[in-house]
Amino acid sequence: MSATLHAGGHRRARPGAPQARPAARRRRALAARVRRVAPPLLAVLALIAAWELYVVISGVERALLPAPHEVASALWHGGAVLWRNFAVTAEEVALGLCMAIALGFALAVAMHLLPAVRRAVYPLAVGSQAVPIPVIGVLLVFWWGFGIFPKLVVIALICFFPVLVTTVDALASVDRDQLKLMRTLDASRWQAFRLAELPAALPAALSGARVALAVGVIGAFIAEVATPTSGPYSGLGRQITTDVNLQASRAYAGTVVLVAFALLCFHSLALAERKLAPWRARPTGERP
Amino acid sequence: MSAEAEVRRGAAAGEQPAAGALEVRDVSQSYRDARGRSVQALAGVSLAAAAGEVLAVVGPSGCGKTTLLELICGLQEPGAGSLSGPPAVLMPQRDLLLPWLDALDNAALALRVAGASRARAREGAQAMFAELGLEGFETARPGELSGGMRQRVAFLRTLLSGKPLLCLDEPFGALDAITRAEMQEWLAGALMREPRTVVLVTHDVEEAALLADTVVVLSPRPGRVRATLEIARPRPRRRSDEEVLALRARALELLAGVPAPPSDVREHAGELR
Repeated sequence: MSATLHAGGHRRARPGAPQARPAARRRRALAARVRRVAPPLLAVLALIAAWELYVVISGVERALLPAPHEVASALWHGGAVLWRNFAVTAEEVALGLCMAIALGFALAVAMHLLPAVRRAVYPLAVGSQAVPIPVIGVLLVFWWGFGIFPKLVVIALICFFPVLVTTVDALASVDRDQLKLMRTLDASRWQAFRLAELPAALPAALSGARVALAVGVIGAFIAEVATPTSGPYSGLGRQITTDVNLQASRAYAGTVVLVAFALLCFHSLALAERKLAPWRARPTGERP
Repeated sequence: MSAEAEVRRGAAAGEQPAAGALEVRDVSQSYRDARGRSVQALAGVSLAAAAGEVLAVVGPSGCGKTTLLELICGLQEPGAGSLSGPPAVLMPQRDLLLPWLDALDNAALALRVAGASRARAREGAQAMFAELGLEGFETARPGELSGGMRQRVAFLRTLLSGKPLLCLDEPFGALDAITRAEMQEWLAGALMREPRTVVLVTHDVEEAALLADTVVVLSPRPGRVRATLEIARPRPRRRSDEEVLALRARALELLAGVPAPPSDVREHAGELR
C-alpha cells in the first residue's frame, strides 16, 4: 500500500522498458520495507550505543547500571532461568488480561445500558486505579493463597480500566441518528444494541485492550512483588527484584525480556484488531 | 371495560383517514438547543398525503423539516396538534449504513430486526437488490460504494421495512449534481415499481417538482405552511416540462416571500386544501 503510494511520485513515462517493471516494483517494495523498519531499528541501536558509551565514560558502578554487552551476556547465560520465570509471567499476563478484557467489556456494556449502574460504578472504577496494590496484596493471598489467582486479580484490576473507558466511550458515541433509524425499523433496545452499538464498540474495546496490555506487563511485575509465590519459579518480576541487588546484569536481562514480550503482545493485538474490525482504518503505530 | 376499549378503538379507527394516508393537523413543536433555550421548530403545521401520494416538503434550512419527519415517524411526540397515519420509516439525511456489514446485509437490516436469520434476510433482500440496480455489489462494504450506491442501499433498507409510509430526509442532499440527477430519476422509477406513500423533505425545489404530487412550502423558523402546490403531470417528468418549470418558479417565489399566486399552478394559500 505504502509502496504504491510512494511509487506514484517516482513513476515517469519510460517507454520501451516493460521488462524492467516487475524488478522495479520489487525494488520499490524493498525500499518501502526498509523505510518502515529502519527508524525503530536505528532508534534502538542508538539507545544501546548511547547507553554503552555512558557506562564507559561516566564510570558508573556496574552494580547500578551494567553495560549493554553485559546484559546481553546475562541474557545468554541466564537463559534457562529467565525462560522458566518468563513462562510464569507470560501465563499471568495472558490470563490476567483475558479477565481484564472480560471484566472491562461486561462492565462497559452494563454501564451503557443501565444509567444507574453507570453512576454507581464509574467512581468506584476510577477509584480502583488509585489503590496501591501492596495494600490489598496481603489480603488477596489471605483469600486465595500462593497460587496464580491473586496475581490474576491484581493484573485484572490494573488492566480492566482502559478497556472499560474506551468501550464506554465508543458505545456512547454511536450516532444518535443511527439509533433513531433503528427505532423506525422497529428494533428493540436489545436489537439496536446488538446490531448497531456492539459492533461499533468492538474496535474500541480492542484498542483499550492494547493499552491494557502495555500496562499489563508491569501489572504482572507488581502482582508478583505484592503477592508471594511458593514455587521455585515465581516469575520475572520476583526474579528481577531479587537480582537487582545481587546481579544487576540479569535484572536488566529480565527487563529486556519483559519489554520484548510487551511489544510482541501489543502487535499481535493490533493484528487481531485488523482481522476482527477490517472495516476500520488501520490504527497507526502497530507496525515496527 | 372491554366494551369501552372496543368503542375507543372503533373511534380511533373512524378518525383514521384511508389506509396509508397521512394527516398532520395543526402541529407545533419546540426543542431546547445546546444552550438550553427553547426554540420553536414548527408552528401550526397542517398537511396531508393520500395513500400512494408523494408529498414534498421544501423550506429554507432550519425550518423544522427534520423535526416534522421525526414527528411523523413517532420519534418525537408533538407539543401541540395531532398526527395520524400508517407506520412510517425514516431514511435519514446521511445514509448511516453500518460499516461492518456488506451492502446486502445493510439492505436486509429491517428483515433481521423483524426476526429473520441472516441467511433468510439476505435472501429476502436479494431480489430487490437486483431490481434497484445494485446487482454485483452484494458483498461490497459501504466504504467501497459510491455515494449514489450507498443511497440506493439505504433506500432499499427503508423499503424493506415493509412500512407503507416512507419519510425521506434530503436523501440526495450530499451527492454531486450529476449523481443527484441520476438518483432522482432512479427514485421516480423505483417508486413506480414499488408505490408507497412518501414524505420527501428537500431544499431542492427542482427535486420536489420532479418527484412529488404535492409540494408543501414551509416558511423560515418556526416552520409554517406558506402554500401547498399541486402538480398534475404524471411521472416520470423532465426538468424542461412546463409544469415542472412553473412549479419550481412559484416555489422559489414563495420561499423568497412573494405572495401573489400566478395562474398556471394549482395553489392553496397556507394549508387549505
